[in-house]
Amino acid sequence: MDILSSLMDGFATALTPMNLLYALIGVILGTAVGVLPGIGPAMTVALLLPVATVLEPTSAFIMFAGIYYGGMYGGSTTSILLNTPGESSSVITAIEGNRMAKAGRAAQALATAAIGSFVAGTIGTTLLVVFTPIVVDFAVSLGSPSYFAIMILALLAVTAVLGESRLRGFASLGLGLAIGLVGIDSVTGQRRLTFGQPLLADGLDIVVIAVAIFAVGEALWVAAHLRRTPLQIIPVGRPWMGKQDWKRSWKPWLRGTAYGFPFGALPAGGAEIPTFLSYVTEKRLSKHPEEFGKGAIEGVAGPEAANNAAAAGTLTPMLALGLPTNATAAVMLAAFVQFGIQPGPLLFENEGPLVWALIASLFIGNTLLLLVNLPLAPLWAKLLRLPRPYLYAGILFFATLGAYSVNLQAFDLVILLVLGALGFMMRRFGLPVLPLILGVILGPRVEGQLRKTLQLSAGDVSGLWSEPIAIVVYIIVALVLVWPLLFKAWRRARPTRVAAAGPVTGGPVGDRSTADRSAAESPSVDSPTATRHRQADVSDGQENADAPKVTHVNHGQEKQ
Amino acid sequence: MTSLASRLKGRSELGVAALLGAAGALVLLDAARLVTPYSQSDPVGPKTVPIIVGALLLVCSVWLAVNVLRGGHGEAEGGEDIDLTHPADWKTILPLAGAFIANILLIDWAGWVISGTVLFWGSVWALGSRHYVRDGLISLALALLTFYGFYLGLGIPLPAGLLEGIL
Repeated sequence: MDILSSLMDGFATALTPMNLLYALIGVILGTAVGVLPGIGPAMTVALLLPVATVLEPTSAFIMFAGIYYGGMYGGSTTSILLNTPGESSSVITAIEGNRMAKAGRAAQALATAAIGSFVAGTIGTTLLVVFTPIVVDFAVSLGSPSYFAIMILALLAVTAVLGESRLRGFASLGLGLAIGLVGIDSVTGQRRLTFGQPLLADGLDIVVIAVAIFAVGEALWVAAHLRRTPLQIIPVGRPWMGKQDWKRSWKPWLRGTAYGFPFGALPAGGAEIPTFLSYVTEKRLSKHPEEFGKGAIEGVAGPEAANNAAAAGTLTPMLALGLPTNATAAVMLAAFVQFGIQPGPLLFENEGPLVWALIASLFIGNTLLLLVNLPLAPLWAKLLRLPRPYLYAGILFFATLGAYSVNLQAFDLVILLVLGALGFMMRRFGLPVLPLILGVILGPRVEGQLRKTLQLSAGDVSGLWSEPIAIVVYIIVALVLVWPLLFKAWRRARPTRVAAAGPVTGGPVGDRSTADRSAAESPSVDSPTATRHRQADVSDGQENADAPKVTHVNHGQEKQ
Repeated sequence: MTSLASRLKGRSELGVAALLGAAGALVLLDAARLVTPYSQSDPVGPKTVPIIVGALLLVCSVWLAVNVLRGGHGEAEGGEDIDLTHPADWKTILPLAGAFIANILLIDWAGWVISGTVLFWGSVWALGSRHYVRDGLISLALALLTFYGFYLGLGIPLPAGLLEGIL
């Protein structure tokens, strides 16, 4: 077993005392920022990028892995103890979790979320170990035309599928691509969009962009609308579960994992849809359907597992293809580049030890999360009481410090403020942030592949579809773009029946049996698009009558 | 004219469309300036992608303007600490931006310890804390800690500025 021995080597690297310490720091830091409003894992990784350059790449990525999983976990703690979820993937957890907490079962809600996250994260990481090498074997045979097509698909899928408004997604993508253009053109050496400013010739630093959009933009936006009445935080002791709770939790954990991983692995799959699917499934299958809406433990266990499995799934395209599909993965990809590591299918070949150590540390981080967080939950609850002026002033302070320390020039802080204002505006007018970040990071690579493709075909445009995979991907791209229009037309033609028809067509769902069952039993869910249109169709099925109402607007992204 | 004025009222989102349009025009103008040397090895040239991006921005600009005039609007982002029931509080944002700009102006001349203290203290004040002395002490402690932490721990020398020699 080649994979197994590589993985064992990875564990050997990750289990050295120093690297274990970095994993622990990552897990604690990740949970803390996940719990705190206003900051999330992507921003934390971005802020730590300049600091991490003094570390070994392996240690840095072990820490990032801890932050990644810790952030997911912290988000669920907040949504259980506070009524307002910080990220769209915890909206569902908040519905039942907060009800449970209000009914005096906060400890059980936190426990099922923590243990479910551990189960889902471990299974998800195992699936990652199994599937990623397969994807890599497939990916190394692909040429530039296919890569170009796949990247276009990732950009368009994130832009068009996630979020409330496709138009605003494309606007955000355009801005990101424009920012990505700034600097010297790598082929001809000409300066683009630098306006004669020598400091712009090297392009804008990804750390500065990410910190500006995520941290400064968010801090300014919250400052403008700061809640002046204190939030109600439910006090909690040490999480624990009774026998009955275990019995009611383990099946939802496994089903949630089966939903989460495949969706996470898809470009634009995200964590929002699987958490919702899991909730609906659990509600259908539960022996206590009357408890849903009043704090059913299944409604916390399933969606939380789906959320974490999706987080693991997201790493498959990131490691195998160099394609990030959420904000944290995007910033981690930028970190690879910063360390001079070329992301893509050759990553496993060229940087095998590092990648396997990263994967091993995902297992370790997951276990640490469980060990650390069960006893620390009361402490995390206290963290929520941090006075808001200090929290947001601290975010601005560390954002400034992180951005300045990259190049030690005040000019970067001007960029930080300008892009921070852009981030503020995007939040004000509902432009999603993720397409912008992906545009900045993937834009230059897409252009590189385009130029390489046409170089190989000597300028002949048909070179773009010279590989069969490329053609298949373009067909999917066309479907992604046209699907909502077709759906709208169809719904107009058959206004009342639409949501009751149709099997799961949203994409390759790994566990067909689970997916089909849920499709048969919950007619309201037939595709990601349908999920978003669901609220309009509430009258269709009785299941919908008290299905969770997702009113929280975060444009299909987890907290950055 | 009055109907135009009434249609524009409450449509601040048109500013976003204008910004997208300006950005698109800027990208296209900049692309027009580039020279494309004929080259076998680079048939795409440096212009193609900027033209596509500029066009995308212009299309989005027009599309958004139409969408807004027909009554569409983007939904403001929610969050744990966000209360969207009151309008944007410029009395918080402007001092906050002021503290940020003060830091930019001061950092190279006065050094991080002074500018960072000003930044944190100013931000906390802008956000509503009125414990002047306690906040000042916290600010100074944070700035000093990060200065020495970066210097000793990471080998990154943040500017000492006016306090050169003392720190």
